[in-house]
Amino acid sequence: MTPVLVSLAIIFTQLSLLAFGGGNTILPEMQRQVVEVHQWMSAQEFSAMFALAQAAPGPNMMVVTLVGWHVAGWPGVLVTTLAKFGPSSIVTGLALHAWERFKDKPWRVKVQAALVPMTVGLVAASAALITMATAHEWMLAVITAVVAIAGFRLRIHPLWLLAAGALVGLTGIGQG
Amino acid sequence: MDLFLGFLGLGMIGFGGVLPLAHRLVVEKKHWLNEAEFTDLLGLCQFLPGGNILNLAVAIGMKFHGPRGAMASLFAIIAAPSAVVIALGSIYTRFNGPHLQHMFAGLAAAAAGLLISTALKIAVPIRRKPIAILIACLFFVAIAVLRLPLLPTMAVLIPLSMAVTWRAAR
Repeated sequence: MTPVLVSLAIIFTQLSLLAFGGGNTILPEMQRQVVEVHQWMSAQEFSAMFALAQAAPGPNMMVVTLVGWHVAGWPGVLVTTLAKFGPSSIVTGLALHAWERFKDKPWRVKVQAALVPMTVGLVAASAALITMATAHEWMLAVITAVVAIAGFRLRIHPLWLLAAGALVGLTGIGQG
Repeated sequence: MDLFLGFLGLGMIGFGGVLPLAHRLVVEKKHWLNEAEFTDLLGLCQFLPGGNILNLAVAIGMKFHGPRGAMASLFAIIAAPSAVVIALGSIYTRFNGPHLQHMFAGLAAAAAGLLISTALKIAVPIRRKPIAILIACLFFVAIAVLRLPLLPTMAVLIPLSMAVTWRAAR
Protein backbone atom coordinates (compact mmCIF):
# COMPACT_ATOMS: atom_id res chain seq x y z
CA MET A 1 0.00 0.00 0.00
CA THR A 2 1.13 3.52 -0.76
CA PRO A 3 1.44 6.07 2.09
CA VAL A 4 -1.77 7.80 0.88
CA LEU A 5 -3.75 4.55 1.10
CA VAL A 6 -2.34 3.89 4.57
CA SER A 7 -3.41 7.39 5.68
CA LEU A 8 -6.90 6.83 4.23
CA ALA A 9 -7.15 3.49 6.05
CA ILE A 10 -6.14 5.01 9.39
CA ILE A 11 -8.44 8.04 9.07
CA PHE A 12 -11.54 6.10 8.08
CA THR A 13 -11.02 3.29 10.59
CA GLN A 14 -10.95 5.90 13.34
CA LEU A 15 -14.04 7.65 11.91
CA SER A 16 -15.83 4.31 11.67
CA LEU A 17 -15.42 3.63 15.38
CA LEU A 18 -16.26 7.21 16.45
CA ALA A 19 -19.49 7.48 14.44
CA PHE A 20 -21.85 7.37 17.42
CA GLY A 21 -25.17 8.83 16.35
CA GLY A 22 -24.65 8.02 12.67
CA GLY A 23 -22.56 9.33 9.80
CA ASN A 24 -23.39 13.05 10.01
CA THR A 25 -21.59 13.36 13.35
CA ILE A 26 -18.18 12.58 11.84
CA LEU A 27 -18.37 14.95 8.84
CA PRO A 28 -16.41 17.75 10.60
CA GLU A 29 -13.57 15.39 11.53
CA MET A 30 -13.55 13.93 8.01
CA GLN A 31 -13.38 17.47 6.57
CA ARG A 32 -10.63 18.45 9.01
CA GLN A 33 -8.55 15.42 8.00
CA VAL A 34 -8.94 15.56 4.22
CA VAL A 35 -8.99 19.38 3.85
CA GLU A 36 -6.83 20.80 6.64
CA VAL A 37 -4.46 18.03 7.71
CA HIS A 38 -3.79 16.28 4.37
CA GLN A 39 -4.96 19.02 1.95
CA TRP A 40 -6.29 16.50 -0.54
CA MET A 41 -9.06 18.95 -1.57
CA SER A 42 -10.59 22.35 -0.75
CA ALA A 43 -13.45 22.77 1.75
CA GLN A 44 -15.65 23.68 -1.21
CA GLU A 45 -14.80 20.47 -3.06
CA PHE A 46 -15.55 18.49 0.09
CA SER A 47 -18.99 20.12 0.35
CA ALA A 48 -19.65 19.38 -3.32
CA MET A 49 -18.85 15.71 -2.71
CA PHE A 50 -21.11 15.64 0.31
CA ALA A 51 -23.90 17.08 -1.86
CA LEU A 52 -23.35 14.50 -4.61
CA ALA A 53 -23.50 11.72 -2.04
CA GLN A 54 -26.75 13.12 -0.64
CA ALA A 55 -28.28 13.05 -4.13
CA ALA A 56 -27.45 9.35 -4.48
CA PRO A 57 -29.72 6.62 -3.07
CA GLY A 58 -28.96 4.42 -0.07
CA PRO A 59 -27.30 5.06 3.28
CA ASN A 60 -26.07 8.63 3.74
CA MET A 61 -22.35 8.04 4.16
CA MET A 62 -21.46 7.54 0.52
CA VAL A 63 -19.31 10.69 0.68
CA VAL A 64 -16.68 8.28 2.04
CA THR A 65 -16.56 6.45 -1.29
CA LEU A 66 -16.21 9.73 -3.21
CA VAL A 67 -13.37 10.95 -1.01
CA GLY A 68 -11.49 7.69 -1.56
CA TRP A 69 -12.07 7.91 -5.29
CA HIS A 70 -10.95 11.55 -5.49
CA VAL A 71 -7.79 10.95 -3.44
CA ALA A 72 -6.58 7.60 -4.81
CA GLY A 73 -8.89 6.25 -7.55
CA TRP A 74 -10.28 2.71 -7.33
CA PRO A 75 -7.77 1.51 -4.70
CA GLY A 76 -8.90 4.54 -2.67
CA VAL A 77 -12.55 3.50 -3.00
CA LEU A 78 -11.73 0.00 -1.79
CA VAL A 79 -9.61 1.17 1.16
CA THR A 80 -12.00 3.89 2.41
CA THR A 81 -15.06 1.64 2.02
CA LEU A 82 -13.46 -1.22 3.96
CA ALA A 83 -12.02 1.10 6.60
CA LYS A 84 -15.25 3.05 7.09
CA PHE A 85 -17.78 0.21 7.08
CA GLY A 86 -15.66 -2.74 8.29
CA PRO A 87 -14.77 -1.85 11.90
CA SER A 88 -18.26 -0.59 12.90
CA SER A 89 -19.80 -3.69 11.31
CA ILE A 90 -17.47 -6.00 13.23
CA VAL A 91 -18.46 -4.21 16.45
CA THR A 92 -22.14 -4.67 15.56
CA GLY A 93 -21.62 -8.36 14.81
CA LEU A 94 -19.81 -8.90 18.10
CA ALA A 95 -22.28 -6.86 20.15
CA LEU A 96 -25.27 -8.77 18.82
CA HIS A 97 -25.04 -11.51 21.46
CA ALA A 98 -24.01 -9.26 24.33
CA TRP A 99 -26.95 -6.92 23.56
CA GLU A 100 -29.47 -9.40 24.99
CA ARG A 101 -27.67 -9.16 28.31
CA PHE A 102 -27.07 -5.42 28.54
CA LYS A 103 -30.00 -3.80 26.71
CA ASP A 104 -32.19 -3.55 29.84
CA LYS A 105 -29.39 -2.51 32.21
CA PRO A 106 -29.84 1.00 33.63
CA TRP A 107 -26.32 2.06 32.57
CA ARG A 108 -27.14 1.34 28.91
CA VAL A 109 -30.09 3.76 29.00
CA LYS A 110 -27.99 6.37 30.82
CA VAL A 111 -25.05 6.14 28.41
CA GLN A 112 -27.39 6.47 25.45
CA ALA A 113 -29.13 9.49 26.99
CA ALA A 114 -25.76 11.15 27.61
CA LEU A 115 -24.81 10.68 23.93
CA VAL A 116 -27.87 12.58 22.62
CA PRO A 117 -26.51 16.12 23.28
CA MET A 118 -23.23 15.09 21.62
CA THR A 119 -25.07 13.98 18.48
CA VAL A 120 -26.99 17.27 18.38
CA GLY A 121 -23.79 19.33 18.77
CA LEU A 122 -21.88 17.34 16.16
CA VAL A 123 -24.64 17.38 13.54
CA ALA A 124 -25.03 21.14 14.12
CA ALA A 125 -21.26 21.49 13.61
CA SER A 126 -21.51 19.50 10.36
CA ALA A 127 -24.33 21.75 9.17
CA ALA A 128 -22.36 24.91 10.01
CA LEU A 129 -19.14 23.78 8.30
CA ILE A 130 -20.86 22.49 5.15
CA THR A 131 -22.96 25.68 4.92
CA MET A 132 -19.92 27.94 5.30
CA ALA A 133 -18.11 26.11 2.51
CA THR A 134 -21.16 26.18 0.23
CA ALA A 135 -23.28 29.31 0.60
CA HIS A 136 -20.78 31.87 -0.70
CA GLU A 137 -23.19 33.57 -3.14
CA TRP A 138 -26.45 35.19 -2.07
CA MET A 139 -28.71 32.86 -4.06
CA LEU A 140 -26.97 29.81 -2.61
CA ALA A 141 -27.54 31.18 0.89
CA VAL A 142 -31.23 31.65 0.01
CA ILE A 143 -31.48 28.03 -1.24
CA THR A 144 -29.84 26.75 1.96
CA ALA A 145 -32.18 28.80 4.18
CA VAL A 146 -35.36 27.84 2.31
CA VAL A 147 -34.44 24.13 2.23
CA ALA A 148 -33.54 24.21 5.94
CA ILE A 149 -36.95 25.67 6.88
CA ALA A 150 -38.91 23.49 4.43
CA GLY A 151 -37.09 20.34 5.57
CA PHE A 152 -37.77 21.16 9.21
CA ARG A 153 -41.38 22.37 8.94
CA LEU A 154 -42.91 20.45 6.04
CA ARG A 155 -43.13 16.77 5.22
CA ILE A 156 -41.44 16.98 1.82
CA HIS A 157 -39.23 14.16 0.57
CA PRO A 158 -35.55 15.30 0.78
CA LEU A 159 -34.98 14.35 -2.85
CA TRP A 160 -37.52 16.99 -4.03
CA LEU A 161 -35.68 19.65 -2.03
CA LEU A 162 -32.33 18.62 -3.54
CA ALA A 163 -33.84 18.65 -7.04
CA ALA A 164 -35.37 22.09 -6.45
CA GLY A 165 -32.01 23.41 -5.22
CA ALA A 166 -30.23 22.00 -8.30
CA LEU A 167 -32.86 23.54 -10.64
CA VAL A 168 -32.66 26.99 -9.05
CA GLY A 169 -28.87 26.68 -9.16
CA LEU A 170 -28.96 25.76 -12.87
CA THR A 171 -30.53 29.14 -13.73
CA GLY A 172 -27.33 30.76 -12.48
CA ILE A 173 -29.33 33.63 -10.96
CA GLY A 174 -27.52 35.23 -8.04
CA GLN A 175 -24.28 33.30 -8.56
CA GLY A 176 -21.46 35.75 -9.46
CA MET B 1 -29.20 -14.92 -1.29
CA ASP B 2 -32.58 -13.60 -0.19
CA LEU B 3 -30.79 -11.30 2.28
CA PHE B 4 -28.45 -10.11 -0.46
CA LEU B 5 -31.25 -9.30 -2.91
CA GLY B 6 -33.39 -7.67 -0.25
CA PHE B 7 -30.65 -5.29 0.86
CA LEU B 8 -29.49 -4.72 -2.73
CA GLY B 9 -32.99 -3.42 -3.46
CA LEU B 10 -32.98 -1.29 -0.33
CA GLY B 11 -29.67 0.28 -1.39
CA MET B 12 -31.09 1.22 -4.76
CA ILE B 13 -34.40 2.76 -3.70
CA GLY B 14 -33.53 4.24 -0.35
CA PHE B 15 -33.36 7.96 -1.11
CA GLY B 16 -32.94 10.27 1.87
CA GLY B 17 -34.65 8.41 4.68
CA VAL B 18 -34.04 4.68 4.43
CA LEU B 19 -35.49 3.77 7.82
CA PRO B 20 -39.22 3.55 6.90
CA LEU B 21 -38.29 1.52 3.81
CA ALA B 22 -36.09 -0.79 5.86
CA HIS B 23 -38.98 -1.37 8.25
CA ARG B 24 -41.31 -2.27 5.37
CA LEU B 25 -38.77 -4.68 3.86
CA VAL B 26 -37.63 -6.40 7.05
CA VAL B 27 -40.91 -6.59 9.00
CA GLU B 28 -43.82 -6.34 6.57
CA LYS B 29 -42.57 -7.97 3.37
CA LYS B 30 -39.88 -10.50 4.33
CA HIS B 31 -40.87 -11.22 7.94
CA TRP B 32 -37.19 -11.52 8.90
CA LEU B 33 -38.06 -9.88 12.23
CA ASN B 34 -41.30 -9.09 14.05
CA GLU B 35 -42.16 -5.58 15.23
CA ALA B 36 -40.63 -5.98 18.71
CA GLU B 37 -37.43 -7.60 17.37
CA PHE B 38 -37.04 -4.78 14.86
CA THR B 39 -37.37 -2.06 17.51
CA ASP B 40 -34.98 -3.96 19.76
CA LEU B 41 -32.34 -4.43 17.07
CA LEU B 42 -32.66 -0.82 15.94
CA GLY B 43 -31.94 0.21 19.54
CA LEU B 44 -28.65 -1.69 19.37
CA CYS B 45 -27.78 -0.15 16.00
CA GLN B 46 -28.40 3.36 17.32
CA PHE B 47 -26.29 2.66 20.39
CA LEU B 48 -23.24 1.46 18.43
CA PRO B 49 -21.05 3.58 16.12
CA GLY B 50 -21.89 3.53 12.40
CA GLY B 51 -24.96 4.24 10.30
CA ASN B 52 -28.17 2.76 11.72
CA ILE B 53 -29.27 1.07 8.52
CA LEU B 54 -25.83 -0.37 7.76
CA ASN B 55 -25.62 -1.75 11.27
CA LEU B 56 -29.14 -3.15 10.92
CA ALA B 57 -28.19 -4.92 7.68
CA VAL B 58 -25.11 -6.40 9.37
CA ALA B 59 -27.10 -7.49 12.45
CA ILE B 60 -29.84 -9.19 10.39
CA GLY B 61 -27.28 -10.90 8.14
CA MET B 62 -25.37 -12.07 11.22
CA LYS B 63 -28.53 -13.34 12.90
CA PHE B 64 -29.45 -15.61 9.99
CA HIS B 65 -26.15 -16.64 8.40
CA GLY B 66 -23.33 -15.56 10.71
CA PRO B 67 -20.35 -13.52 9.45
CA ARG B 68 -20.95 -14.51 5.82
CA GLY B 69 -24.54 -13.29 5.97
CA ALA B 70 -23.36 -10.05 7.59
CA MET B 71 -20.82 -9.45 4.81
CA ALA B 72 -23.34 -10.26 2.07
CA SER B 73 -25.89 -7.82 3.53
CA LEU B 74 -23.33 -5.05 4.01
CA PHE B 75 -21.94 -5.45 0.51
CA ALA B 76 -25.44 -5.53 -0.98
CA ILE B 77 -26.57 -2.33 0.71
CA ILE B 78 -23.53 -0.26 -0.31
CA ALA B 79 -22.96 -1.68 -3.83
CA ALA B 80 -25.53 0.32 -5.81
CA PRO B 81 -25.06 3.64 -3.96
CA SER B 82 -21.27 3.37 -4.42
CA ALA B 83 -21.69 2.92 -8.18
CA VAL B 84 -24.11 5.88 -8.36
CA VAL B 85 -21.91 8.30 -6.40
CA ILE B 86 -18.85 7.42 -8.46
CA ALA B 87 -20.86 7.99 -11.66
CA LEU B 88 -22.05 11.37 -10.32
CA GLY B 89 -18.49 12.18 -9.24
CA SER B 90 -17.07 11.51 -12.70
CA ILE B 91 -19.77 13.67 -14.30
CA TYR B 92 -18.90 16.44 -11.87
CA THR B 93 -15.15 16.33 -12.56
CA ARG B 94 -15.28 15.62 -16.32
CA PHE B 95 -17.87 18.12 -17.55
CA ASN B 96 -16.82 21.36 -16.00
CA GLY B 97 -19.10 23.83 -17.83
CA PRO B 98 -20.66 26.86 -16.10
CA HIS B 99 -24.20 25.40 -16.20
CA LEU B 100 -23.14 22.23 -14.46
CA GLN B 101 -21.11 24.23 -11.94
CA HIS B 102 -24.19 26.33 -11.14
CA MET B 103 -26.40 23.26 -10.86
CA PHE B 104 -24.02 21.46 -8.51
CA ALA B 105 -23.66 24.66 -6.45
CA GLY B 106 -27.46 24.72 -6.06
CA LEU B 107 -27.48 21.04 -5.15
CA ALA B 108 -24.75 21.58 -2.56
CA ALA B 109 -26.63 24.54 -1.06
CA ALA B 110 -29.78 22.40 -0.77
CA ALA B 111 -27.79 19.55 0.83
CA ALA B 112 -26.44 22.04 3.39
CA GLY B 113 -30.02 23.17 4.08
CA LEU B 114 -31.13 19.56 4.64
CA LEU B 115 -28.30 19.09 7.11
CA ILE B 116 -29.48 22.17 9.03
CA SER B 117 -33.04 20.78 9.10
CA THR B 118 -31.69 17.44 10.43
CA ALA B 119 -29.81 19.27 13.18
CA LEU B 120 -32.99 21.20 14.11
CA LYS B 121 -35.09 18.00 14.20
CA ILE B 122 -32.75 16.10 16.49
CA ALA B 123 -32.42 19.19 18.71
CA VAL B 124 -36.18 19.26 19.41
CA PRO B 125 -36.14 16.61 22.20
CA ILE B 126 -33.49 18.51 24.20
CA ARG B 127 -34.90 22.03 23.74
CA ARG B 128 -36.11 22.29 27.34
CA LYS B 129 -33.04 20.67 28.92
CA PRO B 130 -30.52 23.45 29.65
CA ILE B 131 -27.72 21.04 30.60
CA ALA B 132 -28.12 19.01 27.40
CA ILE B 133 -28.15 22.25 25.38
CA LEU B 134 -24.95 23.36 27.13
CA ILE B 135 -23.21 20.04 26.28
CA ALA B 136 -24.39 20.27 22.66
CA CYS B 137 -22.98 23.84 22.50
CA LEU B 138 -19.63 22.69 23.92
CA PHE B 139 -19.36 20.03 21.20
CA PHE B 140 -20.36 22.59 18.56
CA VAL B 141 -17.75 25.14 19.67
CA ALA B 142 -14.98 22.52 20.00
CA ILE B 143 -15.60 21.01 16.56
CA ALA B 144 -16.99 23.82 14.37
CA VAL B 145 -15.31 26.91 15.89
CA LEU B 146 -12.05 25.68 17.43
CA ARG B 147 -11.72 22.83 14.87
CA LEU B 148 -10.36 20.46 17.51
CA PRO B 149 -9.81 16.78 16.60
CA LEU B 150 -12.83 14.56 17.35
CA LEU B 151 -11.15 11.83 19.44
CA PRO B 152 -9.74 14.03 22.25
CA THR B 153 -12.92 16.14 22.20
CA MET B 154 -15.01 13.02 22.82
CA ALA B 155 -12.57 11.74 25.43
CA VAL B 156 -13.10 14.91 27.48
CA LEU B 157 -16.72 15.82 26.76
CA ILE B 158 -18.45 12.38 26.87
CA PRO B 159 -17.46 11.70 30.51
CA LEU B 160 -18.45 15.29 31.34
CA SER B 161 -21.80 14.79 29.61
CA MET B 162 -22.41 11.56 31.54
CA ALA B 163 -21.48 13.13 34.86
CA VAL B 164 -23.75 16.15 34.50
CA THR B 165 -26.75 14.36 32.92
CA TRP B 166 -26.71 11.71 35.66
CA ARG B 167 -26.39 14.30 38.37
CA ALA B 168 -29.29 16.27 36.86
CA ALA B 169 -31.42 13.11 36.61
CA ARG B 170 -31.00 12.32 40.29
